[in-house]
Amino acid sequence: MIYGLCILLFLIGLYAVVTKHNLIKIVIGFIIMENAINLFLIMLGYRMGGKAPIIWQDAAGKADIAAFANSAVDPLPQALVLTSIVISLGVTALMVAICLRVYQRYGTFDISKIRRLKG
Amino acid sequence: MNVETITIIFLAFIVIGSLIAIETPNLLSAVVCLGVVDIGFTILFLLLKAPDIAITQMVVEVVCLIILIRATVNRDKSADTGERKLFGLMTTGAIIIILFMFIMNVVPLFGEFGNPIFTRVENAPSQTYLSKCLEDTGAANAVSAVILDYRGYDTLGEATILFASVIGAIALLRKKPRKKINEPDESDSLSVVKDE
Repeated sequence: MIYGLCILLFLIGLYAVVTKHNLIKIVIGFIIMENAINLFLIMLGYRMGGKAPIIWQDAAGKADIAAFANSAVDPLPQALVLTSIVISLGVTALMVAICLRVYQRYGTFDISKIRRLKG
Repeated sequence: MNVETITIIFLAFIVIGSLIAIETPNLLSAVVCLGVVDIGFTILFLLLKAPDIAITQMVVEVVCLIILIRATVNRDKSADTGERKLFGLMTTGAIIIILFMFIMNVVPLFGEFGNPIFTRVENAPSQTYLSKCLEDTGAANAVSAVILDYRGYDTLGEATILFASVIGAIALLRKKPRKKINEPDESDSLSVVKDE
């Protein structure tokens, strides 16, 4: 159920990328797809009742590593998703730059009116 | 309420928001709806105990929104374009439904929500990172230990990609066109003066 909603979100983004005529709508679809995949990866690493993967100290000022390793959520997907989020920002900026250039040249965001790109 | 219920409620909210963002005819409203959707993602990351991701997502989302609003404001805002033919839409819908069923058949391999794989596998890398990160790297935050120490090359690659995409965006958006080959270059004369 919970994974299903996440995948539904990904497919909504895919639907926008495939069927929409407007370049900005396509970019929005891309962003939704990226976020859905990131959320799916984070969900895979979630442990029920888990804590954030940051070592805490008890009242005596000591860190209990064994208890930490048994109750923290998975740090590996979080680290890689952090990388992926930053990359998605760069990709979005590049996509919007291309869209702006297309608008400047053709005066529209509509891909069906951009005829000269054909062939 | 447990985490799963709250997550499902927020996910339903996000699904509705993204449907509105995709279907609304006004581009600026679509971008604003995307901002709402991204805030929902940020809250979900916080609920799923990923504070580092939530912070990064917030910053990235604001920057994305600024870029998109800069792209849409003062431009042709109407997205009301002729939709594809009904047959094409139906084909797309059918393919997407088939994809959905296919993925939903694969998903149970990942296990139940709240019971991650690394707890069941002997000597999983994540388990090592959790139990060794303080001793190996001195970092209390396991996520920063992974991105900056255990998988530092990954972060280097990330920085490279970010740099490349920024160079690409600057090259696309600069105002002055590139110089012709035989056009005199003012930087050349400067270097000549420096040589003398």
